[in-house]
Amino acid sequence: MSSSTLSSTRQDRRPRGVKPLFRRRSAIAGFGLSLGVTVSLLSLVVLIPLSAVILKASGQSFSEFLQAGFSARALGAYRLSFGAAFVAAAVNAVFGVLTAWALVRYEFPGKSIINGLVDLPFALPTAVAGIALAALYAPNGWVGQYLEAAGIKAAYTPLGVVIALTFIGLPFVVRTIEPVLRDLSADVEEAAASLGAGRLSIIGRVILPALGPAWLTGFALSFARGVGEYGSVIFIAGNMPFKSEIAPLLIVIQLEQFNYQAASTIAVVMLSASFAMLLVINAIQAWARKRSA
Amino acid sequence: MTISIRSVEKQFARYPALRGVSLEVQPGELLALLGPSGSGKTTLLRIIAGLEFPEAGQVAFDDQDVTFASAAARKVGFVFQQYALFRHMTVAKNIAFGLDVRKAKDRPARAEINRRVEELLGLVELRGLGGRYPAQLSGGQRQRVALARALAVSPQVLLLDEPFGALDATVRKSLRKELRRIHNATGVTTIFVTHDQEEALDLADRVAILNQGSIEQVGTPQEVYEQPASAFVCSFVGETNRFDGAVSGGRFVSGSVSLAVDCADGPKTAFVRPHDLVVAPEGFEAKIVRVTAQGPVIQIEAQTASDQRIEISLARQEAGSIAVGQTLRLAARKIHLFDPVD
Repeated sequence: MSSSTLSSTRQDRRPRGVKPLFRRRSAIAGFGLSLGVTVSLLSLVVLIPLSAVILKASGQSFSEFLQAGFSARALGAYRLSFGAAFVAAAVNAVFGVLTAWALVRYEFPGKSIINGLVDLPFALPTAVAGIALAALYAPNGWVGQYLEAAGIKAAYTPLGVVIALTFIGLPFVVRTIEPVLRDLSADVEEAAASLGAGRLSIIGRVILPALGPAWLTGFALSFARGVGEYGSVIFIAGNMPFKSEIAPLLIVIQLEQFNYQAASTIAVVMLSASFAMLLVINAIQAWARKRSA
Repeated sequence: MTISIRSVEKQFARYPALRGVSLEVQPGELLALLGPSGSGKTTLLRIIAGLEFPEAGQVAFDDQDVTFASAAARKVGFVFQQYALFRHMTVAKNIAFGLDVRKAKDRPARAEINRRVEELLGLVELRGLGGRYPAQLSGGQRQRVALARALAVSPQVLLLDEPFGALDATVRKSLRKELRRIHNATGVTTIFVTHDQEEALDLADRVAILNQGSIEQVGTPQEVYEQPASAFVCSFVGETNRFDGAVSGGRFVSGSVSLAVDCADGPKTAFVRPHDLVVAPEGFEAKIVRVTAQGPVIQIEAQTASDQRIEISLARQEAGSIAVGQTLRLAARKIHLFDPVD
């Protein structure tokens, strides 16, 4: 914004036909105030801390950066963090649709309880979830002992990480799909049925494609949450370097060793990766929305 | 194909939606189900389509009982008021849907499907728009797509639920003509639901008038207008003046209104169409309150000596010079008399 634009706007002497950059007259008052508060808050809480991380990481040579950010241990941590988050989001994408379907389409006793349970991961302190999951899936836990007998080790392995991230991410998928599914009118299904489509065709050709954009959003939110998750994972993961150590934990470990630069370097790598992925998912969504808005 | 509906009954919760409805629809006929909201007309249409199932009675297509056959098995085309298009599919894909979902052995070849889609796009005058998405079309265009989609499977019956209800008046009128043209071109037996009597009378070969879950009358538009079978039909179809009173000695009397009738004595409700009121020297008196001159017909609002508002339509030459405040003497050319209704 140039200062001349602002001052001419304020004094209302702008030449005809030139639209002001900001502040168009509108019946909805409070634009200046709300935008001001938003930008200040975003700066304080999001932008400045993130810039500080980047600034901290940039105070080293490129080879130092590579060494800290792409060491074998860091690479292993990224692989686990992103891989487990992806698998967990995929699992949630499937079961989240089923859960949303059951909640929207059917009336059954205890529906409101299940509805509440879905939100539990939002509300529960993640450490509590982590301890509970670790106890359940430990080799002598309620579920763990049977898995152990079947030769599956859940706790203290990457599988444990996936379990924790699935728990954390489920409500994101359910709550994004639910309103869309509810809005999907019965008309559309009846139209498909009257055109000769069977039940499976209706679900596969009509309902699921219509859910596409919301489904992708839910997947993305669940995935993003999984990548950043810390509290619930560290109890069940076992945290063995190269094997079951997630990237956020590696950052904490570096910090505890007063290795601030390495910590910020890993943070920057994760930040870039997350950013790139959000960009891709947003692009896919914009494309999908254009087709079906 | 003949559609026979025999003593069909349907309840929603404890509220009866249809009480013993019987109706025959002739092959190639364009029939309107007309009635106020809550009369059961949409329920009847959905029962014919197989989207709802009756508690009692029978639905037969050409003597074949289809009462409990699924919608998919009945080979009917259904058009919804809100179009119900598949939003994630192009117009062409929407139209082809009914053919695409067929089992491989019944499915026409790709080229054949494409040819059919083009043909239908031409029929509903949307040529060249096959690649658009429903969101990129106007309401009228969407309803045309819905119509083409329903016709794609070559249905034996075409059913339309308030097909023009969500459209503005101009589009509605032109689509009405369009439907008549398409009906003539395809010859498919067509039933449509409407609450708009003008639409029903204008478009249909025959009209079935429903009220509170029962059919009051079935007939040509002319029949239901000129020989209404009940007080409800008379007041629902067309404009009318209603008088509550009694007949004695060959005259119907309601307040200051007195009309010559040919009917046995007793309490009656009389209906007189605005254009059936004529100026007559020995008639009852009414004072003109308002005059609207629209083209060849003059609409007059008047008040009788017993304070009842009535409407009169007079031909311009018949009316002569007419002004507000003037008193007219009126008689009725035609009176519809029914037993008293509340």
